[in-house]
Amino acid sequence: MAWTRQILRVNLTNGTCTPESLNMDWADKYLGQRGLASRYLVEEVDPKVDPLGPDNKIIFATGPLTGTCASTGGRYSVITKGPLTGAIACSNSGGYWGAELKFAGWDMIIFEGKSANPVYLSVIDDKATLHDASDLVGKSVWETDAAIKSAHQDPMMHVSTIGVAGENAVLYACIVNDLHRAAGRSGVGAVMGSKNLKAVAVRGTGGVAVNDPVTFLAATAAGKKTLAENAVTGEGLPTYGTQVLMNVINEAGALPTRNSRDIQFEGAHDISAEAMAEPSGKDGKPNLLANQGCFACTIACGRISKINEEHYTVVNKPEYWHASGGLEYEAAWALGAATGVKDLDALTYANFICNEQGIDPISFGSTVGAAMELYEEGVINNEITGGLELKFGSAEALTTAVELTGKAEGFGRELGQGSARLCAKYGRPELSQTVKGQEFPAYDPRGIQGMGLTYATSNRGACHLRSYTVASEILGIPEKTDPLATDGKAGLVKAFQDATAAVDSSGLCLFTTFAWTLEDIAPQVDAACEGNWSPDSLLECGERIWNLERQFNNQAGFTAADDKLPERLMKDAAKTGPAEGLVSGLDKMLPEYYELRGWTNEGVPTNETLSRLGL
Amino acid sequence: MQRALVIDPGKCTGCKQCELACSYEKEGVFNPAKSRIRVFDFHQNARFVPYTCTQCDEAWCQQACPTNAITTDAFGVKNVNDSLCVGCKVCTIACPFGTVNYNATTGKVIKCDMCGGDPACAKACPTDAIVYTDVEQAGYDKMAAWAKRTDAGAQAN
Repeated sequence: MAWTRQILRVNLTNGTCTPESLNMDWADKYLGQRGLASRYLVEEVDPKVDPLGPDNKIIFATGPLTGTCASTGGRYSVITKGPLTGAIACSNSGGYWGAELKFAGWDMIIFEGKSANPVYLSVIDDKATLHDASDLVGKSVWETDAAIKSAHQDPMMHVSTIGVAGENAVLYACIVNDLHRAAGRSGVGAVMGSKNLKAVAVRGTGGVAVNDPVTFLAATAAGKKTLAENAVTGEGLPTYGTQVLMNVINEAGALPTRNSRDIQFEGAHDISAEAMAEPSGKDGKPNLLANQGCFACTIACGRISKINEEHYTVVNKPEYWHASGGLEYEAAWALGAATGVKDLDALTYANFICNEQGIDPISFGSTVGAAMELYEEGVINNEITGGLELKFGSAEALTTAVELTGKAEGFGRELGQGSARLCAKYGRPELSQTVKGQEFPAYDPRGIQGMGLTYATSNRGACHLRSYTVASEILGIPEKTDPLATDGKAGLVKAFQDATAAVDSSGLCLFTTFAWTLEDIAPQVDAACEGNWSPDSLLECGERIWNLERQFNNQAGFTAADDKLPERLMKDAAKTGPAEGLVSGLDKMLPEYYELRGWTNEGVPTNETLSRLGL
Repeated sequence: MQRALVIDPGKCTGCKQCELACSYEKEGVFNPAKSRIRVFDFHQNARFVPYTCTQCDEAWCQQACPTNAITTDAFGVKNVNDSLCVGCKVCTIACPFGTVNYNATTGKVIKCDMCGGDPACAKACPTDAIVYTDVEQAGYDKMAAWAKRTDAGAQAN
C-alpha cells in the first residue's frame, strides 16, 4: 500500500528492463524517494565513481504519498552522484511525472551503465521499452516532449527529459518534466546525458491505494485545511508565488547582489512578484498570467508567464510569444540580482531558455555573476568571452550567455562548467560563490546567519532546500529567531535538515512545511503506509538519511575542510541593511553543529551515532 | 431544485484534486485515468480546463443505448446501469463531448453520475473552480462580475 513495491531496473549497457521487488526493509527505514533511493545508491555505487562515467547510476524515485490526494503528493527525486560537486546529488521535482510513474505501477527506476546510442525509455503501465532517440539529439525539452507524445500518439504521457545542456555535459544541467518543472540542481541532467539517455516518458492507468483509506482521507483533509488557512501557503504563495520573497529578503539585507559584492539590490522591485503582476506590453496583460499547482497541490505557487512581445529578446521570435513557466524567486534572484540585471522580460526570457534547454538557473545566474566580476576586474576580456561584454546589469549579456551555455558554444562552454571551475581557471577561486562546487542560492549568510551553516553543511553542495532556516529567521516559522545571531542556529539547522530529509522522502513538497510540522505530516504518512510513522520516527528517519548522505560524501573524499563558505562571506562585511558590518559567523556555529550531530571534530559520524541510527 | 457542476477554468490551477477525488469515490483507489472528470492543460494559453458530463436533458448517449442501460434520475442525472450495459460503446460514439468512456477493466462505460447528489470533485476543488450549484442560477456569479464591470464603465462616462 502507498508503495507499489515494484522498481524497474534499466541496464543501458545491455538494453534490458527488469522489474524487481522493492526492498521493504529499507522502505521501513528510509520511507521513499530521497531516503530510499539514497540507500540504493549507497549500496550499489562506489562513492569514488566518476559521476559522468558508466559506473555511476541515476535513480528516479517517488515517495509513498506520490500519486495520492495528500496535498502536494506528486513529487519525485533524482538521486545520483553529481558532476558539479562530486557529492551525492538529490534533486526534487513536481509537475505530474512522479504521480504518473506510480500510476504505471512503479516506485522507482534505477538506470545503470551507458547506452552505446541515444535512447529514451517509455514506461506504459507494466511495459518498459528502450527506444532509439537519435532523432531527438539536439532537441530542446519542449521539442522532445512534443515529439515523444506524437510518436506514441498519446498526449497524456508525461515526459521527463534533458535539453541540449544535458547532452553537452553542462555541469548544472537539469532534468525537466512537464515542460518546466525541474529536478534542477547539481547537474543530474549531465549524468543522464552521459548515459546517452535522453528522456523517460511515462503513462499509467492503474491506481494508488493506501493502507487505511478512511483515516487517510480525514488526515489529508485536515492537512489541506491547515494549508488553506495559513498566511504563507493559503495566501502569500498562491498570490505571489515564491517571488513573495524578493522584496522581503532585499529589505532584510540578505539578497546576494552582483556576485555577493552587495547584499541589497536597487532593482529588486523591478523583478519582484509585484512587478510580475503589473500590466506590461501592448496587450495590457501582466507578465503573470496564471497560477499552476503541481499534481495534487492545493497551494499552487507555480507561475505561468509570458514575455512582452515587443521586448528585444523575442520581437523577432514569435515562437516565444506563448505562456510558459515563469520566474520563481530563486530564478529571478540568480538571473537578476546576482547579475545586477533588473529587466523583468529579459529574466523571463532567460528562464524560458533555462527550461527549454535544461539549465539550472541558480547555478547559471550565479556563474554569470562571477564571470561579470572577472570581466569587470579585467581578469577576462572580450578576446576570452568572444566579444560578450559581461558587465554587471547588462540584460543583453545575460540573454546571450544563456543561449550560448546550453549549446556549449563560445564562452558558453566555460560558463557551463560552473562558477568554481571558471574562477579557478582564471586564478581567482575566491570569487566563486559556491560550497562544494555548487553555487549558493538567494539568501546571503551575512544577513541570515543560519543559512551560512545550511550552505556549508548541505550534503549536495550549497543549497537552501536542505534546511530552510529562512522560515524561522525571517518569517518566524515555526518560531522567530534573530537572523543576525549565531546562537542556537546549530540546533535549528540540524532540526530543519532532519525534518526536511523526511519530507523529501514522503512524496510531499517541502513548501507545505510553511504550515505543516511533522505533527501534520506523520498522520498522513502513517495512514497511507504500513508500519508506525510518528513525528519522532520521521525525524529519526530524516537523521538517518542525513548521516547516510554524509557518509557517502566522506567516502567520496570530502572532509570537514569542505564545510566552508566562500572567502567573501567570511571576510567582506555587508555594506548596507540590517546586517551592515557583519560577516558570516560560521566558525561559531560549526563545532556545535558537529557535536549535536554526534560527529567527530573532523565531521565524521561516530560509531555510536551510526549504531544509534542503524547505519 | 436541479443542480449542476459549474466550472470556471479561470480559477483552475491544474492540481487534479478533482480527478483524485472522483477516481477514489468511484474506484476506491487514486487513479486519474479512471476519473469521470478530466483537467486539460492548454499550456501555451495559460489555461487549465476541467471537463465532465453536463447531463444533457435529451442525452445522445441515452438515446443511442440499445439496452436502455442509461436512465435519468429525479435530478436529471444520467446514470449507467452496469447490469444492463453490454459494453458496446455506442454511447461513447454518440456523445458529442466525449464524456462517456469505456472502462476496459470492467467492460462497462463510465460517466459522471454526480456522486448521487454530492459530487466529490466539487468538494475536493481547492479554488472553487468546480462548484455544485442550482442549475438555473449557474450564471449568477458571472453576471454579477460583468454587471460590476459594466457599471464601472458607466460611472467612468
